[in-house]
Amino acid sequence: MNHVVIIGNGISGITAARHIRKNSNKKITVISAETDYFFSRTALMYVYMGHMKFEHTQPYENWFWEKNNIALKNAFIEEIDFQNKKLTSSQGETIMYDQLILATGSITNLRGWKGQHFEGVQGLVSKQDLELLEKNSKNTQHAVIVGGGLIGVEMAEMLHSRKIEVTILVRESVFWGSVLPKEEGKLISNHIESHGVKILYHTELDEIIADDNNRVKAIKTKQGNIIDCQLVGITTGVKPSISFLENTELDTEMGILVNPFLETNMPDVYAIGDCAQQRQSINNRKPIEAVWYTGRMMGEAVAQTICGNPTKYNPGNWFNSAKFFDIEYQTYGWVFSKPDEEYSDFYWQDPKKERALHFQYHSKTQKFRGVNSFGIRLRHEVADAWLNNNLTIQQVILQLPEANFDKEFSRKFSKQVQQAFQEAQSPQL
Amino acid sequence: MSRVQYNMSLAGQPPQALSMWQKFFVFIGLVGLSILLLATFNVNFPNKGLWLFLSLGGISVGTIGFSWALYGDKQAGIKNDGVWFKSISSKGILGWVLGVFLTLFYVVLYFYPQYIGLNSEGENTGLVALFDPLSKMLSGNPASQWFMYGTLYTISILIFGIKFIWKYRHSRYEIIRTSSVMFFQTAFAFIIPEFMARLNGDSLQLPYYDLKNVWPLNYYNFEQYRIDGFLNSGTIGFVLLIFGIISIFIITPILTYKYGKRWYCSWVCGCGGLAETAGDPFRQLSDKSQMAWKVERWVVHSVVVFVTLMTTAVIYSYLDYDASKYWLSKDVFLGLVALLLTLVFGWAMLYRREELQKDAQYGAIGYFVIILGLVGIHYMFGSQLFIFQAETLRTTYGFLIGSVFSGVIGVGFYPIFGSRAWCRFGCPMAAILGFQQRLFSKFRISTNGGQCISCGNCSTYCEMGIDVRAYAQKGQNIVRSSCVGCGICAEVCPRGVLKLENDTPKGRINPKDVLLGNDVDLMNYVNNK
Repeated sequence: MNHVVIIGNGISGITAARHIRKNSNKKITVISAETDYFFSRTALMYVYMGHMKFEHTQPYENWFWEKNNIALKNAFIEEIDFQNKKLTSSQGETIMYDQLILATGSITNLRGWKGQHFEGVQGLVSKQDLELLEKNSKNTQHAVIVGGGLIGVEMAEMLHSRKIEVTILVRESVFWGSVLPKEEGKLISNHIESHGVKILYHTELDEIIADDNNRVKAIKTKQGNIIDCQLVGITTGVKPSISFLENTELDTEMGILVNPFLETNMPDVYAIGDCAQQRQSINNRKPIEAVWYTGRMMGEAVAQTICGNPTKYNPGNWFNSAKFFDIEYQTYGWVFSKPDEEYSDFYWQDPKKERALHFQYHSKTQKFRGVNSFGIRLRHEVADAWLNNNLTIQQVILQLPEANFDKEFSRKFSKQVQQAFQEAQSPQL
Repeated sequence: MSRVQYNMSLAGQPPQALSMWQKFFVFIGLVGLSILLLATFNVNFPNKGLWLFLSLGGISVGTIGFSWALYGDKQAGIKNDGVWFKSISSKGILGWVLGVFLTLFYVVLYFYPQYIGLNSEGENTGLVALFDPLSKMLSGNPASQWFMYGTLYTISILIFGIKFIWKYRHSRYEIIRTSSVMFFQTAFAFIIPEFMARLNGDSLQLPYYDLKNVWPLNYYNFEQYRIDGFLNSGTIGFVLLIFGIISIFIITPILTYKYGKRWYCSWVCGCGGLAETAGDPFRQLSDKSQMAWKVERWVVHSVVVFVTLMTTAVIYSYLDYDASKYWLSKDVFLGLVALLLTLVFGWAMLYRREELQKDAQYGAIGYFVIILGLVGIHYMFGSQLFIFQAETLRTTYGFLIGSVFSGVIGVGFYPIFGSRAWCRFGCPMAAILGFQQRLFSKFRISTNGGQCISCGNCSTYCEMGIDVRAYAQKGQNIVRSSCVGCGICAEVCPRGVLKLENDTPKGRINPKDVLLGNDVDLMNYVNNK
């Protein structure tokens, strides 16, 4: 029987396994050294905060895998022999495959700072990171988080829930300034600060300083300021976890290079999820996308291909979501932080509540390009249709009520937005 | 924002310890509670009205003050920090102690009311006597154990309702819904029935009637003493009796069609009211396993069958054989019951067969055959209807379902099985409304395209034990008979994926294998397979 081996039991690998099972009776083995069962990585923060137990992060009950004839194996693969289609684990065990899917995910991207190896310096990607954080934060009164992004704000919220003082170092002038335009960057920054978290803007890490036991005791910024801390959270991004593939015949760059069919340069070897790097990026998307749903889509696509229905990974319009403490964020289409001469902005912020919408559209054609929403839930289907049907900004603003996905009885916003838009459009007196 | 503590032993630990203010209000609440305890152990308070006021006041101030100390200085938003670290809300030792205490309370309340001072012959003593002044003020009669219980029940819903509103103050849905539950409990379950009792006299013999309690939740509504009471109370009584009948046959189906069963279960119902307020800290304890879901479906629907048989037998027992005296004779009644059951069964099997799982179909057919078989045997051989005496059925149901299930297990086990164990496994009303919600309603929880990240907050905090995530991560809407529409899944979702809404029945159930965002061809390929 055809044996499909999947390395990595994250969302990408597990989605691939489930869909291959749906469409075939191939033998499937999923290998992971991180956990025995699939869990939702994005929920790690809730375990630390006491919202959930770890088992709640597992979307399937433990009997699910055997019932669906998906073999799970806890092992760390050290070596891949692509010619003989053979895997070797750290225990020396060998496993043969007919098709191999690499879904190894990512690891924290340490940028080579001085002192980054000290005890108390860590990122937040794996279950092991969570356990480490539990240990590292035990006697921490003050933590410094390096990098203002989605993991950064998660980590800040986690530590804050345990009454640990948090300072975030941010390179830009607002939180997540590389992605968020100034207006909403300011909104989010203010909100984070209102929870008592300190943000230092235009600040970068220079080095990490340890005590005699090689434990973090402070950091130094590039401006030369010393900040005492017992924990350093590195949240400046992640990178593909492919170190075990170095010096093999597999074609890699930052990640494992793949074509639109998610095929690598080696026969019957595929790469999906965070560890895959598109040779050519698709519709403005980055060549490496470390996003939950793209991992899922790649898993779906590769399963089709392996089951005899060659299918390109072809993500539709960009979307994403996150939560900054109490403010929910959603985005559909593209809203860029850097001003662009060809594109115009329309930003609306509720004067009374922490909620906002930021639209971008082509100045000449008025074609809608994307929207950021804060404290407002938008209906994915409607926003997606706006983009697919090339609606103008006027049409989008008009159809805003249809996109409202806020809870029942929530304060409406469409009229205010429409009014503000009209005022912005009318010629200045 | 609470101040950072520079205490080495505290920093970085899950915050379990109580703050100064929290301790203070716990103390006040415990003082109030201990007055009740002292009364239980027969301390005879001189000025009962004053002591009752002090006790209930202490409990209320304690609870509301505690909520203020807990949420007052925090920003509006989700407040589940430390839920699984706290002993009381994670089946720890405190949870078990509370569970045992509540269970004992219910056992005494239902089966040994004399131990808390009920005395139907003479003066009340102990705990019940403490409530005499309040009862006399409202209805003119001395308190019963049920009046005492009703008072405590209503106060719980009110004070924990305030706590709940504080906790979820960012959500207008939760604020309005909780206000509704608090209103219906206070007005309909507590005050109106007491006033109705006050009106009773020679011309009026109204039975105690909580108007929002619909059969089969108040399984006793059509028993002979109540029917007699209604019929002996002139127009008012007759209107109330008719109201009881149209409640279940007309009002309930219409509202459930329009809004789902939430209009009742989490907006009006008293059991739901307590679960949503006092039970809120325990909602995450419900069992989410598929096994539990299976058990739930069999048990709760068996209760529906039981209550239907029991009520039919009871009504049948006091009706006349002769149709010429009153049109509703024994035979006419049985015929009507059989007709109604056949219509419901036939409709579900003909028009909704696709939506019923295999075991649901077998179960429905099995039960249907048994009921009609029993009726047939009775007609042909003239044996006892449903084999057992109506009285036996009634007392068995009252004991097993009415007392043990809904009270002792339902509330007593809050800290162990979660707040909705009764609603989920035992309530026949919930099952009937759920049957309709699943098959004939506009209500659903919509899933927002491909935004779900499978984090599991929704499933964890579903008090009915629905694995919400299992649907959301597939992009499916959630259309489950057990959903009471509390809305907490949509609150705790960090990505804005869930929305409770009433919309056209078409497209309500949307099985999708591939989520929005992938290219169209792939979606078509999988969906058309």
